[in-house]
Amino acid sequence: MKHIEATMAGTVLNILVQEGDNVKAGDTVALLESMKMEIPIESNVDGVVSEIKAGSGDFVNEGDVLIVLD
Amino acid sequence: MTKMLEDQLVEAVRKIEAGGAEKYHQKLKENHKLFVRERLRLLFDDGAYKTEDGRFANFEAGNLPADGVVCAIGQVNGQTVCVMANDSTVKAGSWGARTVEKIIRIQETAQKLKVPMIYLVDSAGARITDQLEMFPNRRGAGRIFYNQVKMSGMVPQICVLFGPSAAGGAYIPAFCDIVIMVEGNASMYLGSPRMAEKVIGEKVSLEEMGGARMHCTVSGCGDVLVQTEEEAIQSARKYLSYFPSHYQNKPVKTSGKLPKEGRKISEIVPEHQNAPFDMYELIDALVDEGSFFEVKKLFASELITGLARIDGRVIGIIANQPKAKGGVLFVDSADKGAKFIQLCDAFNIPLLFLADVPGFMVGTKVERAGIIRHGAKMIAAVSEATVPKISVIVRKAYGAGLYAMAGPAFEPDCCIALPTAQIAVMGPEAAVNAVYSNKIQEITDPKERVRFVQEKQKEYKETIDIYKLASELIVDDIVSGDELRNVLIDRFAMYESKDMRFSERKHPVYPV
Repeated sequence: MKHIEATMAGTVLNILVQEGDNVKAGDTVALLESMKMEIPIESNVDGVVSEIKAGSGDFVNEGDVLIVLD
Repeated sequence: MTKMLEDQLVEAVRKIEAGGAEKYHQKLKENHKLFVRERLRLLFDDGAYKTEDGRFANFEAGNLPADGVVCAIGQVNGQTVCVMANDSTVKAGSWGARTVEKIIRIQETAQKLKVPMIYLVDSAGARITDQLEMFPNRRGAGRIFYNQVKMSGMVPQICVLFGPSAAGGAYIPAFCDIVIMVEGNASMYLGSPRMAEKVIGEKVSLEEMGGARMHCTVSGCGDVLVQTEEEAIQSARKYLSYFPSHYQNKPVKTSGKLPKEGRKISEIVPEHQNAPFDMYELIDALVDEGSFFEVKKLFASELITGLARIDGRVIGIIANQPKAKGGVLFVDSADKGAKFIQLCDAFNIPLLFLADVPGFMVGTKVERAGIIRHGAKMIAAVSEATVPKISVIVRKAYGAGLYAMAGPAFEPDCCIALPTAQIAVMGPEAAVNAVYSNKIQEITDPKERVRFVQEKQKEYKETIDIYKLASELIVDDIVSGDELRNVLIDRFAMYESKDMRFSERKHPVYPV
């Protein structure tokens, strides 16, 4: 089980994957907004999405889990 | 009679240069490590080091050749350097009294000759049995670190970490300008996992406690992570090529090379201020192809720091990376910037700031981590640097981000803007929110609210139009990104004779 976490505090703009999707290391899997910037969140591992833990509009802190991969 | 003495000498030297017992050489091979004298042959030009002092250290012991350290003088890229190299086949490279004395002497030599000092570290630390002779005294281990601090900024000091650098020994990398670490083998920690379990009850692996990757990505104690010893030594040789032998000389200018083929800067930078782009692509378009040597690539990636050549001239680049955390400055990026700026300023390397920075991060997490004093540290380093400093506003530069990237008040030799530049105390959204928050609250109709906010943002953008700022001489020029490389080549050439002192005092009271 691997976690993809928010790299900084901010608001979730969009989660770009759904449960069951195949993810490769380097893929952009979510977009946050922070400091008025669009922050792409990349996966640093390969895996299959097993759980989405945040949605558009949610405030997340640095380190909060956004997506769980198998 | 002399023949016997000659033979005796030859045999003694052979035994010394063979290092420790064969089983320890075997262990090296199993761990993809090289014997110390092999590392030296790879480091020096033509595999040659002829000047070694203290070969016979601890000869009396019979089984501690050179007392576990080789201290030699040789040439790297045609430049004389002094080297200390631990021999991990001899009591795991641990330090006895004579080991320490040899290290202190080669440091003193580097100071006298005014040449770089290189530490090839692979040591288990102090020999606890010998601690009274080598730990507390005036010429004990502490003196090594005192010397490093004394030499800091006088001559380049480089650490290549091939194995452990444990406990007190960890301070050798800590005081060097740069630390190159071999993944899987290099490690650094004040207390070993075994000690941590004993004295505080924590149970972790060696990699977790002080592995090379951890130090290069999390702690920031490591600067360059490599996979093999050969790579590590090549990296050290390349790094040295950017530096003069000591602080009173300038780096050598070589013949220039064109940048890597790629998109033009005007195509790389988005007009929309909030969209990410890859600053590495912009750097590639500016520097001589293949000349970018990155420092702390894996640490605080929202700020890029590295050495490069522009038309053969060495410069230090500090650039925000919008792709990582929006290019916002954090505690670690501020520290990374401060150190790199000081490194370049110490050795007469001109600085190029490429700014696309929304500012310093906000929020309780960073406030509690002291972002204010860490940011101040970077701004202090920017202020003090007296090498030629060019500040290029690539896209946005808001608030203290402008200051940290050598904005006008910080005595850059020029502050120039690309047409996409937006300089302001804060961005339009935040500014309108702050100034008109009461008015916005009073508007009940949501559509009218949106229209009002958009109108105010548009007005704000007009006030920070870059031509207005240039008209007021806030920036010294506006240039196209496609012209930038040529502009920098000309300007750095014109600034070569810059000679100024920052301030007269004993030393600053630096924010830390």
